[in-house]
Amino acid sequence: MAKISFHHSDGNVDVLDVDPGTSLMRAAVTNGVDGIVGECGGQAMCATCHVYVRPEYLDGLPEIGEDEEEMLECTAGPRDETRSRLGCQITVGADLEQIEVDVPDDQI
Amino acid sequence: MNAMTDPENVVVVGNGQAGIQLVDSLRKEGYTGAITLLGEEPHHPYQRPPLSKDYLAAGKDPVPLPLRPEKFFTTNDVDARLGARATSIDRTARTVALDDGTTLAYSKLVLATGAANRELTVPGTALSGIHGLRTLTDAQTLHARLDAVRSVVVIGAGFIGLEFAAAARARGLDVTVLEYADRPMGRALTPVTSGFFADAHQRLGVTLRLGEGIASFDGNDAGHVTAAVSTTGERYPADLVLVGVGVTPRTELAAAAGLEVENGIVVDGSLRTSDPDIYALGDCASFPNVHAGARTRLESVQNATDQARHAARAILGAGPGSGPGGEPGGYADLPWFWSNQGHLRLQIAGLSAPGDQTVLRGNPAEEKFSVFCFRNGTLTAVESVNQPADHMAARRLLSAGRTLTPEQAADPDFDLKTYSKQQPATV
Repeated sequence: MAKISFHHSDGNVDVLDVDPGTSLMRAAVTNGVDGIVGECGGQAMCATCHVYVRPEYLDGLPEIGEDEEEMLECTAGPRDETRSRLGCQITVGADLEQIEVDVPDDQI
Repeated sequence: MNAMTDPENVVVVGNGQAGIQLVDSLRKEGYTGAITLLGEEPHHPYQRPPLSKDYLAAGKDPVPLPLRPEKFFTTNDVDARLGARATSIDRTARTVALDDGTTLAYSKLVLATGAANRELTVPGTALSGIHGLRTLTDAQTLHARLDAVRSVVVIGAGFIGLEFAAAARARGLDVTVLEYADRPMGRALTPVTSGFFADAHQRLGVTLRLGEGIASFDGNDAGHVTAAVSTTGERYPADLVLVGVGVTPRTELAAAAGLEVENGIVVDGSLRTSDPDIYALGDCASFPNVHAGARTRLESVQNATDQARHAARAILGAGPGSGPGGEPGGYADLPWFWSNQGHLRLQIAGLSAPGDQTVLRGNPAEEKFSVFCFRNGTLTAVESVNQPADHMAARRLLSAGRTLTPEQAADPDFDLKTYSKQQPATV
């Protein structure tokens, strides 16, 4: 199992233990984490699963793809040049057994 | 909101992308009355787009992606009923009858009934091994069957048919696609992009037969399909057939209730039907489309969710968005679509029409290009293949009612992204 922590601006934290291969978006939508929408079903066509990855986990992430790069320019919350990612494009597993992210206040 | 006109009881028929978003938006807009959400299928509401894409890949049984978490319905005080089919509407009594014999009263009724797959009527259609793809149950069946078959025939080179064909090829199966028209996805795409996909699928190893419809199916003694016979008499062996020949809007409830229906349930710019207490949205609704300059019906996630947000505001009398069709404030969001076919990612912004001037940007030989469509010198749509930056620039331009010149579109040195982010000139 891998561990994902979603930090909300009100101080609440959702901590999920999920199967390897699960994306942050799927984990959030399946388990009812507020603030992650995933309107396009994980196809990098919307920007409603925007998260800010905490700095200590940035090294473990895959590079930002072309699709993701374009969608990150359209997020409802402001983009952070280093920490902003789409939750549908980050999958936990052997290379990323744990991650903590901050959830923006706005997604649409 | 006006307390005198606030609805007290909203009933939503259909728990797909449109119905779910409507419920969500009603609550976000502050509606505190009752909501009943009816879904025909037994499943918790789920995302359909992945069913013809990621879901079909080889491997362990995929898990559907929920449209909302289960707690959404309790948190938002929604009476969500699964396996519940609405059978009739009594507009005078303002009630909906369900197939379990219950009757629900409504002050506003929303029809988000979606569409149904068009079915073939050719001989042999009833054989086993011939499938459609719309529901989670369909996708589960196909995912299991794909492990056990060798030869697949796809009827119809539309989005679903070609997404399925690419997924089946990725599993190493023999795939033939029959399309009666002379080019794939002809209803949605310009000839340039359509032609590119015809070539690309053949490079992937798909046998694409254009100008060949389905005439009949052959079966064995067990009643299972063995081959598809085309309208030219060719016989294609098949142990699985996927039928993707388009859809028809689910208008039967509306029609039986006397609502105006014409290629969909007819609505105005606020998504209201010919009965002011009944709304329709998503795949089933025929709406005045400012981008087409005509009444259209669109089948897409964007159309479903944007119309739902608009209808929620209209139902609550909260502008903008409550104006009838043609007036300012009517539904006017930009249509956009996507399709993943193997390594090819097709993205469309706007609506093209036959006769539009097309301008190529990028190189189809590198499988990375866009086709810009113009009518009377004004940008109408952009089709992009593996070129998401062009797609997003097109969405920005078209949403803002802006254009560029055909020369700019064709010029590789023209900085499209920067141009698309400029503020529109004020009059």
